[in-house]
This record gives sequence, C-alpha cells and structure tokens, in this order.
Amino acid sequence: MTEEFLKPLEEKTLAEKLFLLRFRVDGESHLILNKEVCWECDERVCLLICPSGVYRWDEGKKEVTVSYEGCLECGACRIACPQGAIDWKNPRGGFGVAYRFG
Amino acid sequence: MSDRYDCIIVGAGPAGIAAAYKLAGAGLSVLVFERGGFPGSKNMFGGILYSTILNRLIPEFWKEAPVERHVVRRRYSFLSKDSEAAFDLKFDAFNNPPYNHSFTVLRARFDKWFAKKAEEAGAVVVTEAVVDDFITEGERVQGVKVRMEGGTVYGDVVICAEGANSLLSEKIGMKKRPDPANMVLGVKEIISLPKGVIEDRFSLEDGEGAALEFFGEALGGEIGSGFIYTNRETLSVGIGCPISVLKEKGMKPYELIESFKRHPSVKNFLRGGKIEEYSARMIPEGGYDSLPALTRDGLLLTGDCAGLVNPSLYKEGTNLAMASGVFAADTVIEAKEKGDFSKATLDGYVKRLQESFVLKDLKRYRDVPATLHSVPGFFKEYPEGIMELLQGHFTVTEESKEDVHREIKRLFRDKVSIWRLVRDIYKLRRLIT
Ligand SMILES: Cc1cc2nc3c(=O)[nH]c(=O)nc-3n(C[C@H](O)[C@H](O)[C@H](O)COP(=O)(O)OP(=O)(O)OC[C@H]3O[C@@H](n4cnc5c(N)ncnc54)[C@H](O)[C@@H]3O)c2cc1C
Ligand code: SF4
Ligand code: SF4
Repeated sequence: MTEEFLKPLEEKTLAEKLFLLRFRVDGESHLILNKEVCWECDERVCLLICPSGVYRWDEGKKEVTVSYEGCLECGACRIACPQGAIDWKNPRGGFGVAYRFG
Repeated sequence: MSDRYDCIIVGAGPAGIAAAYKLAGAGLSVLVFERGGFPGSKNMFGGILYSTILNRLIPEFWKEAPVERHVVRRRYSFLSKDSEAAFDLKFDAFNNPPYNHSFTVLRARFDKWFAKKAEEAGAVVVTEAVVDDFITEGERVQGVKVRMEGGTVYGDVVICAEGANSLLSEKIGMKKRPDPANMVLGVKEIISLPKGVIEDRFSLEDGEGAALEFFGEALGGEIGSGFIYTNRETLSVGIGCPISVLKEKGMKPYELIESFKRHPSVKNFLRGGKIEEYSARMIPEGGYDSLPALTRDGLLLTGDCAGLVNPSLYKEGTNLAMASGVFAADTVIEAKEKGDFSKATLDGYVKRLQESFVLKDLKRYRDVPATLHSVPGFFKEYPEGIMELLQGHFTVTEESKEDVHREIKRLFRDKVSIWRLVRDIYKLRRLIT
C-alpha cells in the first residue's frame, strides 16, 4: 500500500464540507421562525441541533438568523424546538440540497 | 398528466416506489410525486439495504441494481476513551445468492434505479413536485395539491410515503409532531478510498462488504452509535443520536461526527481518505408504542412517516418500508376490485402488517426505545468498567494472578453496581434476541 493512504484522513471545516454539496437556492426561505416566540426563548436549541449551522445568534440584533441556503433538509430543528416555533416547508420542487451519493 | 388516477403516491423512496411498482404491475394507473430533482437526490441512510422484499419484487435484482457490496462481515465494538472491545463476525455463506439480503447502497443511485423500474412497469413518476396538502371531502382523502401549475390531482386513494420528516401526515392529523426522544438524527460523510485499499483494510474480497457499528465513547458515552460501512470505492461514516439526548447533553452533531472519526480505534480505518459528501437525515425510532394512525378513508401511511423502523440493534428501515409499500398496494388492489376505499377496507393493510415481520418485530422490540433511555450506563460506565477489567487482565506484571484479579474486580465494582448490572443486562436482552 502506498504511503499516501497511511496519512490521516483530511480535515475539513463545516463550511468546507457544505461547499462540497450542490444547493439550488430559492429566493425565499423555506424555514420561517415565529419571531415573537423566539424572542421569549432562552433555550435556543435550534443553534445547537442543526448539523449545518443554519441558525446563528446575532448579538447586535439580538435575534436568531436563518441561513436557509445551507439547509440539509433533515428536519431536526422542527422536532427539537420546544415551542414548535419553526414553520418548516419543503423547498420548492427541485430546489434545496441535492445529494450525489446519499 | 391526466387529472385522475387510481392511486397517487407521495414520495419516491423505498416505500413509495415499492407500492408504485406493485400497483403498476397489476395494471392500475399510478402517479408518484417526488420533490427532489430526481428520486434519491434528497435521500440519505446509513448504508445497508435489506432486500428480502425487493428480491420478491425483482428477483435477482443485484444483477442490475447499483448495489455497492454485499455484507459478509459485521463488527460490533464498544469504545472507551482510548480502548476498544470488538466482536467480529464473517460468514462465507453470505457470498452466495441472495447474499443474506444485505447490500450497501448509495441512495442517490439506488432510489433512481428503483424508480426507473417502477416507470418501466407503467407508473408515472413526476420529479421536482412538492405535495403541500391532501384534498379532503369530509373525512375522505380525494387527492393531493402539488406546488406547480394545475397542481390539483385526484385519485381513488393516496399512499403517503413522505419519509421521516412527516409534514403531511401531521398536517392531516394522523400523528402529532414527533417527540425528540423518538427521533434519531443521523449525520454522515462519504469518504473515498481506492477499491484495493478498502478491501485490504477491511479484509474483504472483491465485492464483499463490511458493516462496523461502534457504541460507548463513539458518542461521548451517550445513547446512539457510530458506523462505518464499506461501499465499492467509498466508506459511509456517520453517527446517530436521539435529538433529545443531543439537546440534554448540549452536543452539536457536526462536532460529534468529528470526535467519532478521531477516536483512536476509528481513525485508522479512514486514513488517506478524501471527504466527498456531508449529509443529515432523521430516523423514526419510537417503535411500536409511537405508531401513528395508519389509515383513514382514502389514505394509507407507509415507511418512515408511519414509523416503521426496527429500533433494535438491527436498524432495519428499508425492508420494512418496502414491505409496507407492497402491503399498501395489495390492499389498494383489493379496494379497487371492491370499489370501496373506506377506512374499513383499507384496514386490510394494517392486518397485513400485523401478520408479517413488520409489526411482529416492532412489537417484539417495543421496549427497546424506553429501555435505552433508562439504562444510560450501557453506553458509558459499562464499557469503561469492562474495558478496565480486560485491560487489567491482559496487562503483564509480576503480581500473582490472584492479586490482579482481586484488584480489577474491586475496580469494576467501584464503577458498576453488580445488582444494577444484572438488572440492566436483563432489560437489555431485547436489543439482540
Ligand atoms: C442515518 C440513517 C441511517 C440509516 N441506516 C439504515 C440502514 O443501514 N438500513 C436500513 O434498512 N435503513 C436505514 N435507515 C432507515 C431508512 O433510510 C428508512 O427507513 C427508509 O429510507 C424509509 O423509506 P421511505 O420510503 O419511507 O422514506 P424516504 O426514503 O425518506 O423517502 C421519502 C421520499 O419522499 C419524498 N418526499 C417527502 N415529502 C414529499 C412531498 N411533500 N412531496 C413530494 N415528495 C416528498 C422525499 O424526497 C423522499 O424521496 C437509516 C436512516 C438514516 C437517516
Ligand atoms: S426556533 Fe425554537 S429553539 Fe430556536 S430560538 Fe426559536 S423558539 Fe427557541
Ligand atoms: S432541517 Fe436540518 S439542516 Fe435544515 S435547518 Fe433544520 S436542522 Fe438545520
């Protein structure tokens, strides 16, 4: 076996991993937060649960931002949010993530 | 697209396509809606297709289907922080058809092929088509609303095969939004390596495959597991953990898969690899006691949206999905003959599920989800305790064996209460038997 395959697995950041994927991005978000509910929420499980880091806390605006463009469509945020504050729609047909392997 | 069909199917995964294939073969007009650009483009799973049902639908399918490898080697391992105890099985008999009905596959390729087979049988598969709602008249489901022009389509009956993220099933009231304890989040990477390296590293012949499952420190000592499955020229590497556990322990899924890959007993399987894809999906693992309503007038739920996954060590979903699709189709064919699509007739589907391995197995393993949550030691103290015991036993010293054994027993008891161990082993027997 050549040396090449004895080297450690390559390291990739989350951003680099997402860069490997094909996304067809729609102009409109398929994830809508109920802002009033989120305003009151102190758990913010969405920030933790999303495997794609779609939800971020904006310290300036004091609100959760949603980068729906990088959503893997797993649906975990909808299940995890204790308040049911995420209106989760399927992206438009053919839009969103497309796996090559799956 | 005419505007009335015998049967409308939502979702071109294993459940939906199995139903479509069967119905089209029986001469019914079938329309399948799939939201992805092609069937499979939205789908991911761990990696082992269990194929008893598929082999009934398409005998010797492996000769033409894009299967990666047939699984002959199974390895179960418990990890502590820096050690491993593994149980490794390899059966040469699984090299013969039907290959123990276990093949690694990649869903973007497999689902596409399977949908093509349904089309050849006469089903119409429409891609890039999101179903947003069922059309109802009173109790009875009459069709679906699709997000496209002229998107109102009627049918005698609708089979819902939308998968784990069951928006439609919830919207129409067949089930509630699932409990985070019953939904496992799976995160996976595809890692490429040359074919020869994979075969050498996992001790496989051409075409043979391995399935490795890791427990314990694979997930920081929490409920869940890590896996490595061999494909032809890639590995499927990932983790699965209940959403409730991720929440409680504050674990981020993308960090968890990184720490799994870095474990000393995992990393060498992956060396030299190149990351090709990153993906995430949910598995409904609530089992028998969290099944939704499966039928109503004009509607049947199949596959993951119906919660039909075996939550034990076997982790079967594909086979159950296909079986439910076939049973739904058989029931629809019967209903068509009778000209009656009421819930009473469609309940023939539930009866078929009950009489088959699908609900028999779900019933047999019904306590597994609750047990796992009630025996947290299984994933942390036990692996650590057992590993310490073994390490003590195998460490070479000049102490007498008797002294060594006394000392390691004491160490183990400090960690693990024997009574609790006995009780927990009793509880956990259902995981494998
Ligand atoms: C991480 C992970 C590992 C797994 N490992 C294994 C394993 O090793 N072996 C095994 O047997 N099972 C495994 N499973 C389970 C298995 O993947 C599922 O049980 C199986 O895919 C269920 O099939 P399905 O047809 O019900 O749903 P899915 O395969 O999810 O298919 C649903 C389809 O419906 C489409 N759809 C959804 N909503 C709409 C809509 N509104 N309109 C149009 N189309 C829609 C989707 O795009 C998708 O194509 C695993 C699952 C995961 C997540
Ligand atoms: S989406 Fe849910 S978890 Fe996230 S901030 Fe809003 S209410 Fe909280
Ligand atoms: S569906 Fe999954 S990937 Fe998309 S935002 Fe929710 S948790 Fe993140």
